[in-house]
Amino acid sequence: MDFLQQLINGLSLGSIYAVIALGYTMVYGIIQLINFAHGDIIMVGAYVGFFAVAVLGWSFIPALVLAMAACTVLGVVIERIAYKPLRNSPRLAVLITAIGVSLFLENLGLRVLKTDYRAFPQIIPRDAISLFGGLTVTYQQLLILITTILMMVLLQYVVHYTRIGKAMRAVSYDREAAMLMGISVDNTISFTFALGSALAGVAGVLLGLYYQTCHPLMGIMPGLKAFVAAVIGGIGVIPGAMAGGFLLGIVEALVAAYGSSQWRDPVVFLLLILVLLVRPTGLMGRDVGEKA
Amino acid sequence: MGKGQGYRGLRLASLALALVFLVSAVAGCGQKQEGGGQASNTIKVGINFELTGNAATYGSHCRDGILLAIEEINKSGGVLNKQLEPKVLDNASKQDESTNVATKLATEEKVKALLGPATTGCTLGAAPVATENKIPLITTAATAPSVTVDDNGKVRDFVFRVCFIDPPQAIMGARFAYNDLKVKKAAIYYDTGNDYSKGLYQNFKDEFTKLGGQIVAEEGFSSTDEDFRPTLTKFKQNGAELIYIPAYYNQVGKIVSQARELKIDVPMLGADGWDSPDLVKIAGAQALNHTYFTNHYSSADPSSKVQEFIKAYKAKYGSEPDAFAALGYDAAYLLKAAIEKANSDDPVAIKDALAQIKDFEGVTGKLTFDDKHNPMKEISIIELKDGKQSLVKKVMYTE
Repeated sequence: MDFLQQLINGLSLGSIYAVIALGYTMVYGIIQLINFAHGDIIMVGAYVGFFAVAVLGWSFIPALVLAMAACTVLGVVIERIAYKPLRNSPRLAVLITAIGVSLFLENLGLRVLKTDYRAFPQIIPRDAISLFGGLTVTYQQLLILITTILMMVLLQYVVHYTRIGKAMRAVSYDREAAMLMGISVDNTISFTFALGSALAGVAGVLLGLYYQTCHPLMGIMPGLKAFVAAVIGGIGVIPGAMAGGFLLGIVEALVAAYGSSQWRDPVVFLLLILVLLVRPTGLMGRDVGEKA
Repeated sequence: MGKGQGYRGLRLASLALALVFLVSAVAGCGQKQEGGGQASNTIKVGINFELTGNAATYGSHCRDGILLAIEEINKSGGVLNKQLEPKVLDNASKQDESTNVATKLATEEKVKALLGPATTGCTLGAAPVATENKIPLITTAATAPSVTVDDNGKVRDFVFRVCFIDPPQAIMGARFAYNDLKVKKAAIYYDTGNDYSKGLYQNFKDEFTKLGGQIVAEEGFSSTDEDFRPTLTKFKQNGAELIYIPAYYNQVGKIVSQARELKIDVPMLGADGWDSPDLVKIAGAQALNHTYFTNHYSSADPSSKVQEFIKAYKAKYGSEPDAFAALGYDAAYLLKAAIEKANSDDPVAIKDALAQIKDFEGVTGKLTFDDKHNPMKEISIIELKDGKQSLVKKVMYTE
């Protein structure tokens, strides 16, 4: 029973990691860029959600939609300003720019939003549903899980059953060939950023709810963990990111429960090293040669 | 394409980097414009606090308390007919930066006394500067014993504090849990990266087991942790009747509310790091019922000195002062008392006067320094009821 309770704890955290990991993995899949600013877009999403709820008095779903919209705009703007001009530059230049954007967002956040932790208004009742045998699921955990699964289903639909999804897959497979077939690569990449950032907005609001606070640096750690999740699952592979996210959340909960909470982060990164040693493409990654 | 594109890319990348530096530079500068004033007929006071970084709320609340006190002092004619002139600098919650800031205040600004920092780490960074330049330093909230006594057991002549030190508050906490709350099995959840938290943890554990209680679980978390549910679930399974959480309010808030969500209804106990108006916002008033903490003062204290301070603070800043604001306020008045006692603004004379302060009436209690520059004063035990603090009792620490 203890084990099941810990599993529930792990699943809810893992599902947030999964949503974040999706953003990393999609962007990587399409332009081989590790978008280090992703974690900070989450932070912006959390704050937009926070202001929508605390200042405007909105409820969960409108706040979520607003956070998604704001993050979408931010993601596309970042892509246009910082990454698009570097499309034909060495990958290192883009990576460094991504780090720059990340630092920029963090410091701007510290300046504008101040360093105080802000309490995220609890729009979801702080209570739990008792299941069989003393097992409890909080409303929050339930909401997070449902939202996450909904987002994943939606994403799968977009990627596999729409024109733009087809274009995304084509560009990630072979950019030049896609271009020759008349696909607008720039628009497709922008769309990918928009999609990934919208998910970051969702993750931001969920994180705010789950952690109960927002802070300008709150995106760093979950961003890093989700990046690890994406790599473990196989970066560039969407189901891999989800699996990696869930796996990481559960591993963290179990390590904290049966080992010590201080071992949480070391175990996560050890897992990353192990996966990279044994199966460098990640658990669900395809074994393809590096593209030139 | 190729070349032009590449240059443009590089330009943009450097532009982005330049912007980052610009923002951090601006962030640093903003703090320096406070103060000012005439050069003569003033006593410069160096104010070195955590205004940004992870201890920012403590530092900025202490500063607010100090600035309120200085404003009042100046309005009522100053000290020795001179106005106090505050020079506020930010140490970014970093120990090395605190050394830099203290050096700058001592050598460039030539201040007569240093107030702050608020935390143990930053104060340890500034203490050698005070000793070297022979300028008294009063820390507001650094509670580790090593702040006023160096590694060789020698008292640091120029370093004083207005707060009590850690061991008494952990020990009084343990006694309160065992004797008053009648708890026999406790779990401890502490911050592994924080000397303050570790010190309290050790002292609580020792005293609680000495009394006959049992520690059924002890776990550490790191300051970046946000999800405490797995460990709390474990505490519940180990049968803890009380959870001692010697940590800062933003973590405490999350721990308490996550515990209540998981239907862990046992009392929880903490220390002065709990004291912040934000605690209720983070945890929710309901979740905080049945929690207690040891503190420097209570805003629920009916004494007129406390209530007048609260009124003045609210009028100036629009929010309720926490213990850090109160300690800052006391530190400034303590400095005033020392300057008056010394009848001089010479730093060494102020230091000598400080060491002899007796029965100084502050908002946080009556203060007399012992031979280690630690104030002997009462500890308030506070209970949170529906989000409001209520004073359970005041206790004087005894061995």
